[in-house]
Amino acid sequence: MKLGFSPEEELFRAECADWLQGQMAGEFKDIKGITTLTAKAERRKEWEQQLAAHKWSCIGWPSQWGGRDATLAQQVIFAEEYARAGVPGRVNHIGIELAGPTILTFGTEQQKARFLPGIAAGQTIFCQGFSEPGAGSDLASVRTKGRLEDGEWVVNGQKIWTSLAHISDWIFVVTRTEEGSKGPKGLSFLMMDVKQPGIEIRGIKQINGDAEFNETFFTDARCPADSLIGAVGDGWKIAMGLLAFERGVSTLGQQMAFRNELDAIIAAAKANGQASNPLIRQRIAKAEIGLRLMRYGALRMLSNTDHSKIDGAALTYKIQWATWRRSLGELAMDVLGQAGEVAEGSEYEWGMLPNLFLFSRSDTIYGGTNQIQRNLIAERGLGMPREPRGDL
Amino acid sequence: MHFAFTEEQAMIAETVKQFFTENATSLRTRAAMATDGIDRALWASFCAELGLAGIGIAEELGGAGLGMVELAIVAEAAGGQVAALPLLGHAMAARAIAAGGSAAQQGDWLSKLLSGEAIAVCEGSHSLTCTDGKLSGTMDCVPHGGIADLFVIVAPGQAWLVRADAPGLSVTSHVTMDQTRPLATLQFDGVAADALADPAAALAVVPQTGWIVTAAEALGVAQASLDLTVGYAKERVQFGRAIGSFQAYKHRLADMMIEIEQARSAVYWAACAVDEGAEEAAIALHSAKSFAADTAFMCAGNMIQLHGGIGFTWEHDAHLYFKRARALQSMLGHGDWHREQVATMILGAAA
Ligand SMILES: Cc1cc2nc3c(=O)[nH]c(=O)nc-3n(C[C@H](O)[C@H](O)[C@H](O)COP(=O)(O)OP(=O)(O)OC[C@H]3O[C@@H](n4cnc5c(N)ncnc54)[C@H](O)[C@@H]3O)c2cc1C
Repeated sequence: MKLGFSPEEELFRAECADWLQGQMAGEFKDIKGITTLTAKAERRKEWEQQLAAHKWSCIGWPSQWGGRDATLAQQVIFAEEYARAGVPGRVNHIGIELAGPTILTFGTEQQKARFLPGIAAGQTIFCQGFSEPGAGSDLASVRTKGRLEDGEWVVNGQKIWTSLAHISDWIFVVTRTEEGSKGPKGLSFLMMDVKQPGIEIRGIKQINGDAEFNETFFTDARCPADSLIGAVGDGWKIAMGLLAFERGVSTLGQQMAFRNELDAIIAAAKANGQASNPLIRQRIAKAEIGLRLMRYGALRMLSNTDHSKIDGAALTYKIQWATWRRSLGELAMDVLGQAGEVAEGSEYEWGMLPNLFLFSRSDTIYGGTNQIQRNLIAERGLGMPREPRGDL
Repeated sequence: MHFAFTEEQAMIAETVKQFFTENATSLRTRAAMATDGIDRALWASFCAELGLAGIGIAEELGGAGLGMVELAIVAEAAGGQVAALPLLGHAMAARAIAAGGSAAQQGDWLSKLLSGEAIAVCEGSHSLTCTDGKLSGTMDCVPHGGIADLFVIVAPGQAWLVRADAPGLSVTSHVTMDQTRPLATLQFDGVAADALADPAAALAVVPQTGWIVTAAEALGVAQASLDLTVGYAKERVQFGRAIGSFQAYKHRLADMMIEIEQARSAVYWAACAVDEGAEEAAIALHSAKSFAADTAFMCAGNMIQLHGGIGFTWEHDAHLYFKRARALQSMLGHGDWHREQVATMILGAAA
């Protein structure tokens, strides 16, 4: 076991920090410190392109596709420095972290050539079309239909909760391509251009006033036959593979954003005297410990090369961070008191901590709710019997 | 950066796990509980056959070398079987002597301790007084105090060696809730003490060693509580199905696993940070001790609940884990105290 980084890696850290901090002090000063997912979307697309121009967009990818073949340690370092410099989250995180790795793993050479350069260059923003009104936790119940017609896939149906669809160029969709099939069988995974007449997007306002997710309607929407990833009927396998990418190195960057949130709570507690309240001190200490354990949990998961056994750190990671962050939001409001309930301006818009409180209620829902996570942990990690399916 | 066991560490883990599973059986542990709370034969073979009593002690001093990660591996495995062993006191005492003892003190004691010929216990005191090299006062709640041959006593700025048979020292063992580690009261009445040559060096290693051993033991307790409960969940049938198929039941198992995974990160982070002399070592130790002990208690408590009536019997081992977990929470600083140390680091002292 070794926690420290080598001198070469520390040099790399300095290089990352220099460049990122330089950007945030210079040309991209205006986006520094943004914490919502939708603010200044156009400028953040330019930022994606700036990252790509300097080959910082997806350093873990093969250099052939715009990456740097970076080692795990380098990716960890970059993710940490990215957040430390106050750089806002990637508007194309779904492209970089989900679509890209999915194409790298399951796509043909042609598909790689078609999509990866655009994703790496920050020109193709992706969104994720999994959930439907009737298929949430039970993703295998998707009903959106796809059929092959004259060398094209024709898609009809509806997706919901599609994050960032309104600023995306492409969407990957799980569709039912086998007429009459049920459950995980008969599903296929398609890449579709969002900007076409057959796709309509309507924003859905969220509890924090933001409208980061959408309803996405497909009415004879089309894509060429070779937009199918994997084979017809592989949709479930690919969707599951994709969800595993969610536990990649980017989680460390996410943690640095959490660090900034906890630091803001600490600063607020010091400023308003709550830092001497013994109960608040215990909770802040717990939050600090939880955050550090998250880091070392992630490092354990990333360092693990033995994939023959169940990786407990990986399996428990989602519910761990989501629950931690939801408690952090509650702690923030307990520290702020009523002052936290007053917006800064005349709009229903929230600063970092009140927004953390509101937004974190979704962390325990998307990407598999806490209840679904517990089912997965008990079933896959501990070998408990699977939940019985009903027939409604 | 590689936060996973090396091949050698994985091998040690496998060896000790096997050793404790085969030898620290419930039967033997219960026999020790019925007497003085130590399985002497087990300790002897741990020292002699495995040669692991010298972990964390330099090879020049006759130790096994290695570090806190390996010590944590051993303590985790011992905790997993609630073994009735003096490992905690031994590790603190031996490391204190190795770090702060004169050559003579090291020569007198280290080889005896590492071979198992003598057993040492180490404890901190704020109330003993020392006049002209003689100790007076009382020390309460000394784990395994009743079976020690040697006491290593650390106090602010000072540290002493005291033989258990020293004139003026009386040792009273108590009936203790956790019978695998009975507590004793030591009464000092002008007891001649051998001051350690470098008390500061001893003081620097004692708390970290104690916190790592207790945290790792707690991790072992927690994991074993989960493993035993998972086994039962698959076997026991009610309402025509395995009880593990009830969602309220399996979600509790999942919650145990979620805490355990964090406790595991905490223990090995702390051990690694100490071995590497990392700046984070202090916060890591407080995190590990508080988090792992609370996790052990949560898991052992769940083990009783999830076994139903059988879990409340003396015959079932659940209470051994439950009582060890409770003892671990109080020992060497309660979780609240450790979290207050963390709070002080990030918020400053309480006003
Ligand atoms: C902010 C946000 C962003 C999102 N972004 C996207 C996106 O970009 N793309 C996308 O495809 N989806 C997205 N989602 C959707 C998300 O994945 C779903 O909301 C989630 O999977 C839950 O599905 P549901 O909302 O239908 O809830 P349901 O599945 O109806 O769940 C309702 C309640 O029932 C519980 N429940 C359901 N099944 C079980 C069970 N077997 N055992 C115990 N309890 C159960 C759930 O835990 C929950 O508490 C997003 C959601 C949010 C909140």
